[in-house]
Amino acid sequence: MKNSKIAHEPLFHITKRPPMSKLSAFSVRIGAFFAALILSALFVLITIGIDPWTFIKTMIKGAFGVPGAEKADSFSAFWSIFSKDSYFWITLKTACKLLLIAVALAPAFKMRFWNIGAEGQLLAGGMGAAFLMFNYGTLPVYILLPLMLIVSIVCGAVWAVIPAVFKAKFNTNETLFTLMMNYIAMKIVDYFYNLWRGPMSALGMINPSTNAGWLRSIWSGKEAAWFRNEDLIFMFIIILITVLMYLYLRFTKQGYEIAVVGDSQNTAKYAGISVNKVMLRTMAISGAICGLCGFLCVSSQSHTITSTLGNGYGFTAIIVAWLSKFNTFVMVGVSILIVALENGSMLMANTYGDLGFSPASAKIIVGVMLLLIIGCEFFINYKLAFRSRAAKKEEVTE
Amino acid sequence: MAPERTPVIQLKGITKRFGSSVIANDDITMDIYEGEILALLGENGSGKTTLLNMLSGIYYPDSGEIYVRGEHVSIRSPHDAYLLGIGMIHQHFKLVNVFTAAENIILGIDEGAVIDLKTAKKRILEICSEYGFEIDPDQKIYDMSVSQKQTLEIVKALYRGADVLILDEPTAVLTPQETEKLFNVIRNMRNAGKTIVIITHKLQEVLEISDRVAILRKGRYIDSVPTCDATELSLTEMMVGQKVELNIDRPEPKNCELRLSVRGLSCKNAENIEVLKDITFDAYSGEILGIAGISGCGQKELLESIAGLQKPEPGAEIVYISPEGKNESLIGKTPKKIRAMGVSLSFVPEDRIGMGLVGSMGMVDNMLLKTYNRGSTPLTDKKPSKRLAEQIREDLAVVTPSIGTPVRMLSGGNVQKVLVGRELSSSPTVLMTAYAVRGLDINTSYVIYRLLNEQKEKGVAVVFVGEDLDVLLALSDRILVLCGGRVSGILDARTATKEQVGYLMTNIPEEQEAQDEKQ
Repeated sequence: MKNSKIAHEPLFHITKRPPMSKLSAFSVRIGAFFAALILSALFVLITIGIDPWTFIKTMIKGAFGVPGAEKADSFSAFWSIFSKDSYFWITLKTACKLLLIAVALAPAFKMRFWNIGAEGQLLAGGMGAAFLMFNYGTLPVYILLPLMLIVSIVCGAVWAVIPAVFKAKFNTNETLFTLMMNYIAMKIVDYFYNLWRGPMSALGMINPSTNAGWLRSIWSGKEAAWFRNEDLIFMFIIILITVLMYLYLRFTKQGYEIAVVGDSQNTAKYAGISVNKVMLRTMAISGAICGLCGFLCVSSQSHTITSTLGNGYGFTAIIVAWLSKFNTFVMVGVSILIVALENGSMLMANTYGDLGFSPASAKIIVGVMLLLIIGCEFFINYKLAFRSRAAKKEEVTE
Repeated sequence: MAPERTPVIQLKGITKRFGSSVIANDDITMDIYEGEILALLGENGSGKTTLLNMLSGIYYPDSGEIYVRGEHVSIRSPHDAYLLGIGMIHQHFKLVNVFTAAENIILGIDEGAVIDLKTAKKRILEICSEYGFEIDPDQKIYDMSVSQKQTLEIVKALYRGADVLILDEPTAVLTPQETEKLFNVIRNMRNAGKTIVIITHKLQEVLEISDRVAILRKGRYIDSVPTCDATELSLTEMMVGQKVELNIDRPEPKNCELRLSVRGLSCKNAENIEVLKDITFDAYSGEILGIAGISGCGQKELLESIAGLQKPEPGAEIVYISPEGKNESLIGKTPKKIRAMGVSLSFVPEDRIGMGLVGSMGMVDNMLLKTYNRGSTPLTDKKPSKRLAEQIREDLAVVTPSIGTPVRMLSGGNVQKVLVGRELSSSPTVLMTAYAVRGLDINTSYVIYRLLNEQKEKGVAVVFVGEDLDVLLALSDRILVLCGGRVSGILDARTATKEQVGYLMTNIPEEQEAQDEKQ
């Protein structure tokens, strides 16, 4: 190579791959997961000197274990993971909440409507439920609970339809609009929180003595000791919605319309589908499910309202929805994975806080994991073609 | 002029794959000689553009070697290509709209921090007068016509010292008159010693302009022949790999009844600019009405207004006369309403994947597009569309891994077959097609012409918007010519000439002008 003006063949270039088989795509993702695990283990080893084995054990325990239990191999210990304060149970519950929000986002995202406002829609729903709980706690159970359910769903739907109306009428940017609606919802919740707590330092649970508006009030009296049932209903409803959403998107006319609008609005118009109508309807559904999630969180989980009711899962759910390509069944696994990572690393922070492993370090681990898991999608779609050996040899001989 | 036998560019064993299944270029070895006009001929998808994109640094070959003036080079970016004196003029121009011609030309040239527009302009004008270009260096891009922009791209390449110019389908966007002008400057450049490579699939142009033709088929280099030894038929056979019949049938129209009557149709686009002005015409059953015009002259809006996708200005009349003799106005009706009225109107839009089909869906789901709402349950019934998909796949020989494969993954010809198949399956009484054969290979194009003629013989009123005047004149019964959103004439296609149509595409006849003013 005498011509110095023109550089050598590049070391590698990026080319698009043909669609990978499901199995090899799966193994790439598993590989990315283990790479992330190794990286996190190294991070822990370097920062606080905890060996990788202890790190992994703690992570697993924090995600799926039982507090305090050192031996998890005996039979009774196995059953104890189903006790209400086992980490396993908490992970399951929290994952369900994340799952429901992701499921709520699925139709909107499939329609290419970037609903970033799940957090606000959930709060709107939760606020509706809490309002009835606080002011109408004397209503009979069979009126109060259905009313709370309906009001929550309506509140969530309205909160989601507002940006959709503006998008339909004025073509506003839905990403910014739904995002801003989150903060409005948060401040409304803060307002009522402060109003209701009055001179107290915190609101605490609403109706702690009567349990009015609590999901467990359905089965009053002695069975109420089975308070885990409240969790079971919570999870059951969420699984049900997940299955229904899958069927809705896949087999119904409305689901078909959503897919067409999401792919190309021009095609939708060409087919005579009213894009605006589909957009409003789909956002109403998306918001309604978020509102339902707000109801479930208030009525069966926290029994009160704060602006952190959503726990930021309105945003995390976006990652879940994308990672699972809007397939509601894949969302189940992704939700569990993310919550397990969070809970596992939180136990790390709780256990080794004195060594300097702070909650922030826990978030670094979750971040590293997510980055690698999301990043591996690149290698599923593209490959790096390195400069071939033969070409190198030739250069040497030249 | 006999080309001098010094290869300026040699390609040796060039292979480029997209994924493992698509081989765009398979072991191509060919030479490009100095001072010749080489036409690179091949059907769509034969790898012409891919090959030359590797010369201009857009793609990088997977294997193979490129020699420029005898030296082994590696072209990693358009900048490398520019250093080697290779300039490519792409189909889609790469110009900054708000800049002037001169600013665009010097854009990205590293000549120090101070921009010397004055000298640049002088050099631009020198280049223009040398080769016969007409360019105003101070004109903004957004004021330019397509042909001016193309000229500018060529001047830009020359300004940067390119002596090998690659033109990717340069005539696709030009009128016959503009094409002639372009060919003149190409000849001037060749006479000045430049090497020109033209990518094209139009045979007449190859024969008219080139010195030598290189033919690609399915990613492979077939052969190259001096143009003087080639005929339209011999080239087609090399291109397609088999004998083909190049005649388009034109059966006599039978049982012509008025089917569609358009009166005083005007239409504004989203920017409130009038794109259609006072269009009046009739379409009859059993005939093909061709619509000619420079692209973007209102063809799209015309068809979309009839299909219920554009809102016409008040005062327009679009009346559908059913075979039973019932009159129905289509103004203000959505496509769904038009279907509900029992009007069987099929429309093959220009933008196949962006409008006619859903790219991410397979054939089955695409068959559902206009019928998904049938039945009273909230669920879709996919059985009939599955049957239809299977049938279209078989009847029109659609090449697809399965009827569930997203249509986006299919080649252009197969996509069009799916779309046309669906539109014909509803047994239309009016069939509108926009650029139905754009980007299709010769065989598929003829399949489409045959299908259109079949529909015509069945008594369908066919409206065929086309761009290739030879095809329009051979296929249509009457030709409506659009110019700037107005009807500049309706001709009998059996007697009209290409020059007549070409003239009407750019000029409104005076008597019509006067008539318009009277109104």
